[in-house]
Amino acid sequence: MHATDDDLSPWVPRLRRYARALANNRDDADDLVQDTLERAWARAGLWRHVADMRAWLFGIMHNLHVDALRRGRLAVVAFDDDAPDAVAPPPQAARAALLDLQAALERLAPEQREVLLLVALEDMAYADVARTLGIPLGTVMSRLSRGRERLRLLLDGAPSMPGAEAGRLKVVK
Amino acid sequence: MNPAAPPSPPSGVPVTEAELHAYVDSQLTPERAAEVADWLVHRPDEAARVRAWEAHKRGLRMLYDPVLEEPVPPGLQQRARRPAPWFGRPAPAAAAALLLALAAGGGGWALRGAHDAPLLAAAPHANDFPARAAVAHAVYAPEVKRPVEVDGAHEDQLVTWLSKRMGAPMKAPHLQTLGYTLEGGRLLPGERGPVAQFMYRDEAGHRLTLYVSNERPGTASGAATGLATADLRGGGDAHADTAFRFASEGAVNVFWWVDGPFRYAITAPSDRAALTQVSAEVYRQLAAAQP
Repeated sequence: MHATDDDLSPWVPRLRRYARALANNRDDADDLVQDTLERAWARAGLWRHVADMRAWLFGIMHNLHVDALRRGRLAVVAFDDDAPDAVAPPPQAARAALLDLQAALERLAPEQREVLLLVALEDMAYADVARTLGIPLGTVMSRLSRGRERLRLLLDGAPSMPGAEAGRLKVVK
Repeated sequence: MNPAAPPSPPSGVPVTEAELHAYVDSQLTPERAAEVADWLVHRPDEAARVRAWEAHKRGLRMLYDPVLEEPVPPGLQQRARRPAPWFGRPAPAAAAALLLALAAGGGGWALRGAHDAPLLAAAPHANDFPARAAVAHAVYAPEVKRPVEVDGAHEDQLVTWLSKRMGAPMKAPHLQTLGYTLEGGRLLPGERGPVAQFMYRDEAGHRLTLYVSNERPGTASGAATGLATADLRGGGDAHADTAFRFASEGAVNVFWWVDGPFRYAITAPSDRAALTQVSAEVYRQLAAAQP
């Protein structure tokens, strides 16, 4: 995927997905996407030096998100509560588990959440995550490991995740 | 890309924690992935963790992949495209460009220093006002974080504050029916005193400003300026009565009029028809508010 010189539209849905998972409400998430696009255009002169557009764009979003967290800006409540956050709700049985997962995700340390989301949503290679967040590969791995374990502990005892039984592993107990 | 796995390990090389993650994320070589899978068969604890991680990963996709299918809001669509050069620049550059354009065009007020003050004092243009409104718009409309000093959520405070500083009752027109939400306002220095700027925003993120002054204008003059202007009533003294006037400069258009001691200017990148509509609505509301 690449954007033309005049259009970042192809990136918008994925930036929105990541932002929604980071901010967990539509307004803050779209504000974050908007700020990301504006900053990207303000620095459009740098594009020819950007080898990995995805790492660059998600890196901008990361920086803005960290700034916003520092200022506490993301603590505001969305006034647009009527808007559904997901267009196609999953089947009822799986729903509770997903809501638990969402709640657990919000309880992760922001730096762990970012690594986990880039890997889970973007299928980013670990080295690309390191480049996007500007951290060493070892830090990516330790944050991923801690984030996943914390998620697992938070969800321990919660209803089983959808598809948990359909894993590719056949484990004999 | 497979940074976590040792290169082509013989069977029996210990599986690291990092490799377990790389296994979940399909970032192992197929050979190593097969080895890890075999190893996990005999490690129920690790297998359970891996299974949970995989389930969480699938869960995250189920939670957030629907966002990919949502229609993109117009404001984001617009911002995904390269901005028009004029608006794409940082605010100070845009304002400077506008100042230069006005000065070069014959407005002459912008870049003159104190030495030229007598000239300015002798012939203040009626069109200084829309030009100042346009510059104020150019400076603050592209502002992302601080477009206003007091936000629209505190409209009462905003109006009270501006009224006090302006020494006259102010009112923020409500333009929701035309698709504009009040973002807030700020106080700016005018020619002889404070002026007020109200900022509005439409669904697509376009900003519109209402610039209000109650300074006593100098003697009006029909001097030519760099602004392309048109008196919509076909002539007459701008200060004598209410006449909507239209000016265009680069990416923004300005509608302005005089009403008693007040001068108003509406500035936006909108076309003339849209600005006419907004101006008429603002005029109607302000007139209705007068005692």
